[in-house]
Order: sequence, then C-alpha cells, then structure tokens
Amino acid sequence: MEHSTDPHIRIHNLNAWYGNHQALQQVDLDIPRNQITVILGPSGCGKTTLLKSLNRFLELDDNARLTGTVLIDGQDIYAPGQDVTAIRRTAGLLAQRPFPLPMSIQDNVAYGMRIHHLHPAGRISERVQHYLQEAGLWEEVKSRLQAPAGGLSMGQQQRLCLARGLAVEPEIILGDEPTSSLDPISAGHIERRLQALKEHYTIVMVTHILRQARRLADYVAFMYLGQVVESGPAEQVFGDPKEARTRAYLTGEF
Amino acid sequence: MRSGFRNPSASPSHANREQLAGASAWLVTLIPVLLGGGILLTLVIRSLPLLERSSLAGMLLGQEWAPSRGVFGFRPFIAGTAWVTTLAVLLAVPPCLLTALYLSEYAHRSLRLLVKPLLDLLAAIPSVVYGVWGMLVIVPWVADHLLPLVNTFAGHIPLLSTSNPTGFGILSGALVLAVMIAPFIIAVSCEVLDGVPRGVRQAGLALGATRWQVVKSGILPMALPGLFAGVVLGASRALGETMAVLMVVGNLARLPHSILDPAYPLTALIANNFGEMMSIPLYDSALMAAALLLLVIVLAFNMASTLILRRLMGRVHRSW
Amino acid sequence: MRRRLQLRHLEELLVRGLMLTSMLLVAGSLGSILWTVLVRGLPALTWSMLTQPPGGGYYLGNQGGILNAILGSLFLALGGSLLGLVLSLPLVLILENWHRHSAWGRFVRLSLDVLWGIPSIVYGAFAFSLMLAAGLRASLLGGMLVLALVELPIMARTMDEVLRLLPADLEQAALALGASRWQTALGVILRQAQPGMVTALLLAFGRGIGDAASVLFTAGYTDHLPTSLLRPVASLPLAVFFQLGTPYPQVQQRAYASALVLTLLVLAVSLGSRWVSARLGRHVIR
Repeated sequence: MEHSTDPHIRIHNLNAWYGNHQALQQVDLDIPRNQITVILGPSGCGKTTLLKSLNRFLELDDNARLTGTVLIDGQDIYAPGQDVTAIRRTAGLLAQRPFPLPMSIQDNVAYGMRIHHLHPAGRISERVQHYLQEAGLWEEVKSRLQAPAGGLSMGQQQRLCLARGLAVEPEIILGDEPTSSLDPISAGHIERRLQALKEHYTIVMVTHILRQARRLADYVAFMYLGQVVESGPAEQVFGDPKEARTRAYLTGEF
Repeated sequence: MRSGFRNPSASPSHANREQLAGASAWLVTLIPVLLGGGILLTLVIRSLPLLERSSLAGMLLGQEWAPSRGVFGFRPFIAGTAWVTTLAVLLAVPPCLLTALYLSEYAHRSLRLLVKPLLDLLAAIPSVVYGVWGMLVIVPWVADHLLPLVNTFAGHIPLLSTSNPTGFGILSGALVLAVMIAPFIIAVSCEVLDGVPRGVRQAGLALGATRWQVVKSGILPMALPGLFAGVVLGASRALGETMAVLMVVGNLARLPHSILDPAYPLTALIANNFGEMMSIPLYDSALMAAALLLLVIVLAFNMASTLILRRLMGRVHRSW
Repeated sequence: MRRRLQLRHLEELLVRGLMLTSMLLVAGSLGSILWTVLVRGLPALTWSMLTQPPGGGYYLGNQGGILNAILGSLFLALGGSLLGLVLSLPLVLILENWHRHSAWGRFVRLSLDVLWGIPSIVYGAFAFSLMLAAGLRASLLGGMLVLALVELPIMARTMDEVLRLLPADLEQAALALGASRWQTALGVILRQAQPGMVTALLLAFGRGIGDAASVLFTAGYTDHLPTSLLRPVASLPLAVFFQLGTPYPQVQQRAYASALVLTLLVLAVSLGSRWVSARLGRHVIR
C-alpha cells in the first residue's frame, strides 16, 4: 500500500493559553499518515487542548489564545483566510460523550453529506448504508433508520457519531477519549473499527488508559504539563523510553 | 415529629414555640391561595348583575357598546385586544429571537454582560413612559411617514387600507407593545437556548457546519418548545398591558379591519371609563366583567404556556 | 481549504446581518425612549418644578410643579414595598423550610405563579371593588395596599429563587449545631440570602413607582401634597397621564418633567439594586 512518508500533520511551536494559564508550551510534533497516533499523559497535561487545536475547536472558548502553526498537508490551518468549516471537515472529531443530533439515525449520518453537498439526493441512502457499515452499526439499525437517534444505546450512539463523522469524508479522525463513556463491549467495537480505519485515515487519539494506548498506538506522544516530553513509534516509546518522566508514567508512578 | 428527638436537651417551651410557629406558618401560606381565589370570586360577583341581564354569548359576540342604552357588547374590545396583541407578538418575535440567538450562540461573553443591563433597563421603564414615547415618536412616524407610503403603494390591500389618518391605531400600539415585551422574550429565549446541551454544537461544528447550520438543524429543534412557551408568556404580558397601549391605540369601539385602524383593547376600556363607572346603571358591572374576561384570557395563556413547557420539554429532555 | 463561495456561507453572512440589525433595533428603541424623555423633560426640569405642588388648578400658567406626584409616588412605592415585604418574606421562608417538596407547597407556589401573571389593572379593579364594599375612598392607603398585592407574587418569586440557590449544606450545618428551624431560618439563611432579598425589595420599589394601572382606581389623584393615609394621593405615572392630555403647554411641561423624573428614579433604582447586590454579596458563600 502506498503511503506518503511525509507527516500528515506538522505542529510547530504551538503555545496555547486559557486566560493566564498556559496549557501548551512550545509543542513540536509530527503526526504520521495512516497510523494511529496516541497522545498520552496524566490529566491536565494538555492532551485535549492539543487535540482541539487540530480542528480549530480551541477558538470556541472565549478565553483561549493560540500561537504557532499547524500544517495539514503543508497548509497552515491558522493562516488568515482559511475556511474553518472546510478544516473541520478534514479533521473529524469523535467526542468523549456521543452526541447524536436531534434527528433520525439516517438523517444523522446524512447531515454532513447534505450540508457539504457531497452527493445528489438519490445517492444519500446508499452512502448512509456504506458509512454505517464502516462504523459497524449497519446490522443493528438497518431496520429502523427513521427512528430517533436518541433511542440508541451509548455504544451504538458512539458508532453512529463515527459513521456521521466518516460521512463528510475527512482525512483525519480525532478521538477525544472516545471510549471513556462506553461499556467494555462497545469500547472494544470502537477500538476495532479504528484499527480497521487507519488504513484510509490518519487517526489521532487522546486517552488516559495506558492499556488502550498499548493496544492501538502505532505512534505515541507523551505529554506532561503542556509539553510533549517524548514522541516516536509505539514500540520505541513503550519499549525503551528515553525520558525519565515517560518511564515514570509508564510504570504507573503517576 | 419535630420537637422530641432532635433536641433532647431542649426545654418544653422551645418545643411549644416550634409547634406554634409551625401552625401560624401554615396560615401564612394560605395568603396567596386566598388572594387568587378572592380576585376571581370578587370579579365574578361584581359581574353577576350584567350576566343576569344578558346572555354570555350576547355579551361576548355583541358588537355594539352603548352603556347609556344598556347595551354591552364586548366583541369590539376582544377584537381590539386580539389584534394589538397578535401584531405585537408577530413584530417582536423575529428580532427578539435573532437577538437571543446572537447573544447565546455567536457573541463573545463580554457582549452578553454589556447587553443584560440594557435589557433590564428596557424592562424597568414604566408603562406611561412607553406611552409618552409612543405618542411623541411612533404615532407621528406612522402618520407622517408610513401612512402616505402605504396609501400610495399598498392602499388596496385590505389589511392595510384605512380611513384613519391620525396614526393612532393598532400598528402604533403593537409597535410600542413589541418593544415592551422584547426584553422579556429575549431573556426567556436566552435561557432556553442556554439549556440546550453543548454536545449539539460540538457535534455540528465538528462536521464542518457553519454556525447557522448548527442553529437551524441542531439547536432550534431542541429549543423550539421552550421558545414557543416563552412567546406565549410574552403574549400574556402584552394582553395585560394598559397605559402604554391606551395612549396610542385610538380608543374607538369598532371592529377593526386593518392594522392601521384604531382599536379599543379591554385594558383601555377599563382604565378609560372607571370614572364614569358609577353614574350609569350596570356600567360598573360591565367593566368588572371586562376585567374578569381579561383575567380568564391571561390565565388561559399562562396555563397553556406552562403545560407546553412541562409536556414538551420533558419529552425532549428524556430522549437526550 | 481556502474559502470558496458557498451558498451556506452567504446564508451565514445574511443571518449575521439580520441578527445585528435586530440588536440595533432593540438598542435603538431604548436610546429613542431615553432621548425623547430627556429632550422633552430636561427643559421643564426647574427647581420650582421639583419643589412645588401644582398651583391652584390646571389652568393657571406655569405655576407650581410636580412635588405632589414625586412625594406621592415615593410614599406609595415605599409603603407598598414594605407591606409586600412583610407579607412575602415570612411566606417564602416558610415555604422553603416547611414545604419545600410537599404537595401543599407546590400548590402555594402554583398560586403565586398564577398571581404573578395577573395584569395590574385587574388588581386595581379587584381592590376597587373591595374598597367600595368597605366604604373606603381612593386614598394613599388604598394605593399602598394594591401595590403590596401586586408586588407580593413578584417579590415572593424572586426571593424564592434566591433561597433555592442556597447551598443545601448551609441549613444542615446550622441544624447540626442544635439550632431550631426558626433560628436557622432567621440567623443563617437570611444572612446568606440578604443581597438577593434586598435586590427583590428594590426591584419591587421600582415597580411601585412606575405602576399606573393599579393605582388608577385606588389611590386617586390630587394636586395636594400627601398629608394623610386616607386621602387621595398623586403619583408620577398618573401625573404624566392626566397632564399630557390637556391642551395647555404649561401643563404638558409638567407631564414631561414627571416622565423624566420617573425615568430617572427607575434608572437609579435599577442601577442601585445592582450595586447593592455587589456590595452585600461579599459574605455570600458560593
């Protein structure tokens, strides 16, 4: 399979503040293409802030400030004149708590397709089926596509959100602790889907579950107090961490 | 119950005081209940003389109001109230909803802090001051600027055609009322919009939707019942408004046919004629009946709004 | 990923434009009201206007001022608010302490909600009927009573909300020390809720100055200064209303002055209540 070897996302000298509190300090990170990159670290280390800077979600907070560059495929997403909605389409978000939109299952998945005019109306239901299959939800909902999405279980809702996110044809999937509100079986579902999807998408995931990171990660970035302490291929960081802090975290010292 | 176990070391008088306090406390809570019932009862009793003389249907549908001849038809006043209130709500809702959406979804937090005192101020301005403003600003504008335009370009549309050149009429009343209920509708709408869970916005924005698309397909459907209930409450406020409307609406007891016609809402009827109430037989009874009518309508609106809120909000919240 | 011209982006711009227009309309209306009152009222606001009652009837030139209405409104609002406080404070404390979740408590709260929505002119008609039956004339006392009734649901509701926001542990902490329910209510809860209560009182006062429909029947009107509880009393809103309608410009001047004074008073109360809640809120535990 052909992979371009240059990184999909390049983060350079990224600093972020919430009011007076600096959440990210001079973050430099290259995220490889078509792999699962896991951002690890104790709570409050800035992993979610870093994730949110990749789809320009940080600016939704009135208090937040950001300097630095984030290049996706060589283009700085923070350059003036950039279309925020297109950027957010490129980097889709799977949030911590699934939130279906107030509409039917079918309309949830179709929503993104419709607002971006991706397909003619006639093809929508076929595309909806495709993405529900990709998310591993098709079998369970194929007979009730018009039912309100709110009636699904949490695990099903998260898979629905995955299907919905895939339907806008992103290149990157951002996961903000996507399994933390799910039961183990549903969590397992999502993990397996993500592993299958990395073939076509670049996945960046935040988690505080070390075991999950070990299971999924191809590339790891360990963060502590707003800085990226260490990053590299998973076997290298897990097997032979170079930094003392990384070692301490991996052995469960904090 | 209360005295024994909690304070085993308390003196008997402590316990007795507790019980006495409890009993008198219950009596105090009777006050609102008695007041509400009392108002209703009093108005009914005072309206009875009129109700005995003419049928309810005759009163409500009768078009003629001639107290000196003993003819009391309330229809012009009910129509007047209906026209002014409906138009006021129609005029107020779009800008108020848009303002609330902006404050809730788009604006920086600091803007909201700036706007809130302004809205409080607008809400605190007394009714008569609105009336003065209406008389000095709105009525002349309608008479000198709007009427000529309408008569030239739209005079043939029945809703807009009128023989009333003065500017005092339903439109002026509705414009003033719309500004009066605006702070209320904005405040309630902001509250409702704030109540919509953040996840909807995140979900929509993450898909690359514009802010307005998120509002249209995500937030508004969820907020709709609450917004509607807020509008109904605003309408009930407008229904009960007296002084401001009185000063600009023309006070002519005829069924209106256009929004530029004068009208005579129930509140204005009561306020204008209380002085002559006692001089004509049954006049006082008629005005009390008008007050009773007003009360019943306002209560019906309030109950409807509360029911809608309880029923629909409950359903929306349960599924999310 | 540069911005392409899409329909939905245009839609977004259009909607933003409409929103800003709406906000300008609302702000502009407020500005227009204040401007009108200022422009008309300021020229009429002389020292004699504020310190003298109208001189001998409406038709005697620019004699006299609006002191009757100013004092009348202040007395009415003060009396009405204090009476309202006396009625609503115990009511709310009792509701919170004894009937927080009971069915009776819910019924009482429902009654308060119903009362809150009743237009002030209906209160006026009601009170007028009672006064008629009791043989009372329109008077300062009558006006105070009606205002108290009008303000009862407003004050009760506001204060009830303040009390509901209190941290539950506060009451527990006091009760654990052996305080009775009344002692807790008065000593601890009241202190925490004090700023909210004072704000409620001030807002009711502001309402009492500006309400015309309820005092129309019950307080009457007069050119004299308020001297007795049992005689009719002038009020600023009615001063505006009655004097605006005359064809005499000097009398109309009094109406504009009344409107300006009324607006300034209400403004002062509104700002004052914010200041108070900020000052008194120092000890409040959040």
